[in-house]
Amino acid sequence: MVDSLETVETSAVMSHTSGNYPITTHLSIDHCDSVVQAFQTITQDGISIAKYDMDMAVLRKIFETMVRLRAFDETFKVAQRQGRLSFFMESRGEEAAVVASAAALEGNDHIFSQYREHGALLWRGISMEEMAHQCCGTRKDAGKGRQMPVHYGDKTRNFHTVSSPLATQLLHAVGFSYSLKLSQEKNISCCYFGEGAASEGDFHAALNFASTLECPVLFICRNNGWSISTSANEQYRGDGIVSRASGYGIASCRVDGGDARAVYLATRMAREYVSATGLPVLLELLSHRLGDHSTSDDCTRYMPTTLLEQSMKVGDPLFRLKRFLKAHGSQSCQGIDDDDTELFQRGVEEAREAIRRAEKEPPLSPVSLFDDVYDHSTFSLQQQREEFLRLAMP
Amino acid sequence: MKGHGRMLRRKLNLCGAVRDALHSVMSRNEKSILFGQDVAFGGVFRCTEGLQKQFGGKRVFNTPLSEQGIVGFGVGAAAAGFTALAEIQFADYIYPALDQIINEAAKYRYRSGGHCNVGGLTIRAPWGAVGHGGMYHSQSPEAFLTHVPGIHVVIPSGPHDAKGLLISSIENQNPAVFFEPKIMYRLREEMVPYEHYSIPLGKANIVQAGTDVTILAWGQQVHTSLSASSLLKERLDISCEVIDVRSLIPLDLPCLVASVSKTGRLVVVHEAPKTSGFGAELVASISELCWSSLKAPPLRVTGYDTPFPRIHERHYLPHEERVAKTISEYLFQGEL
Repeated sequence: MVDSLETVETSAVMSHTSGNYPITTHLSIDHCDSVVQAFQTITQDGISIAKYDMDMAVLRKIFETMVRLRAFDETFKVAQRQGRLSFFMESRGEEAAVVASAAALEGNDHIFSQYREHGALLWRGISMEEMAHQCCGTRKDAGKGRQMPVHYGDKTRNFHTVSSPLATQLLHAVGFSYSLKLSQEKNISCCYFGEGAASEGDFHAALNFASTLECPVLFICRNNGWSISTSANEQYRGDGIVSRASGYGIASCRVDGGDARAVYLATRMAREYVSATGLPVLLELLSHRLGDHSTSDDCTRYMPTTLLEQSMKVGDPLFRLKRFLKAHGSQSCQGIDDDDTELFQRGVEEAREAIRRAEKEPPLSPVSLFDDVYDHSTFSLQQQREEFLRLAMP
Repeated sequence: MKGHGRMLRRKLNLCGAVRDALHSVMSRNEKSILFGQDVAFGGVFRCTEGLQKQFGGKRVFNTPLSEQGIVGFGVGAAAAGFTALAEIQFADYIYPALDQIINEAAKYRYRSGGHCNVGGLTIRAPWGAVGHGGMYHSQSPEAFLTHVPGIHVVIPSGPHDAKGLLISSIENQNPAVFFEPKIMYRLREEMVPYEHYSIPLGKANIVQAGTDVTILAWGQQVHTSLSASSLLKERLDISCEVIDVRSLIPLDLPCLVASVSKTGRLVVVHEAPKTSGFGAELVASISELCWSSLKAPPLRVTGYDTPFPRIHERHYLPHEERVAKTISEYLFQGEL
């Protein structure tokens, strides 16, 4: 028996427990260089390059919410600098990514977020005052003042309480959506996370579980290029986050996160897909983080000035959408020019008033720190509570 | 079937009792799901045998191999109001899930201001020495979890208690970790009622009353302690009160304190390594509350501060002779 001296072409298939695989006699170690295209309908200069049917009243409302969000962020950031808030995180540059995607969800879709998605809460109707109460830790904070600012939670608006550990919420969104599926509900789970969080093990576990257990969950990654001071190139080497989806057998799409209309349309379609098939989808929204990571950060310490300037020039989603709306002839787009400055000012006023009110509100009584550990009190907790009250510190 | 009044019982081992509890819970609660590695075919210890057939593949299913995934998924399902029964294949592998347990499950209610919770989450895992498990199939990691406010930690000492305590842990509206002494899966049989019953959490069990020393233990060490106490009674006429702690969190401190106030001597026995083991917590909490009743320093007879050795397991574990000798020499200056 002599081995073949020629390399044979074959269309044979090898069978394996995990499936059937076509054979090749050609040996090569391959590197995948392909780059997934980013869906865009409005250029960075605000010019429409594609015709899509979209309810312009919704797009107008998205714009207004983005302006309000910008006003809220700037005001609260200033308040932190003034010492009135201990900490704050803004979403400058990512208003379209968050608001337009939230707009494409149903109100009863459950949102699991990271920390830069309060634009979704604003879309869903939270008041700036409610957010101020959380940031100031007052007795009117739903979370009872237990967490740092921006760790919002709103049960009435299906927005799960933010927690600081990254990517943990992806798994929660998966498990939650599995329960929705079993209950035969029509709503879905949606979770937001950054490209840095996507390096965590929970990201891997979540996508794998969502795929194998067939969960109706929408994963939305805000890739803004930075995890505090760590740039995307130090975070990953593959083609962003979207390329990982196929590794898990999950459908995906990459979107220009600064194009509100593209974000809305893509999220809408993704949501329909998830709802109709009961299967997960991963969206990667490319956005620009135009501010510091948080008020504890100074991005000029690691971001080259030219890069920051460039981002400012191309990355502002408000400018793009405003330009598009102004050019659009529809009824819904009337008065954009005059409107947004006034809208912005009103937002600032509302935000200032929200902080003023929250500042006047005291926190809950300190003894409340013993509540809600369990649904009941334990012997040890009771003992400690009594000791606390005996010591009666002011 | 043995009859005892209206409570019909039959002999079950620990594996059977756990399966019985799970079956009972899932029959009553449509919104309960059971998941983990290999649970579909019955599990590596057969604790979930027959459950997928009974309740279907949507409610009983395998997950990919990821402890953090299993627990995080469970947190999400429980957040939606489901009873999420998560299985970790061995307690030795619970560590990847600690972030989800400690930072998420345990804090879910507190950080939401009480508006949300994952009380429906129960995590089960085979636990403790089995005779040949070595470093990674024998661990008792309860101390990592008892340190976490917001979860319950429960460890039964036999099939009867296992069923009642597991049902309680599941029905309790707080996330719970339920450790199952794997050595008992086949080897320990007790009479277990057919009916659905729960043993309240936060209640220790005085397995044997005594007057001279209080021995606290949980899991298999309850039986080791009973054997040690027989030796002590026989040879030195020392009367031991043996208490099965069983509910580590929430702890039945009043019961334990009452016992030590009575006997004046405290010994804690556990398999886990000595330093920072749960024995340290018991010694501190109990001494604080009955210091003046103590006739001797509180002691711990435990696994040594080493990883769990395979070939020398029986030297590593607190076996009955070491427990008895420690008590006789340190507390009674007597030679066993």
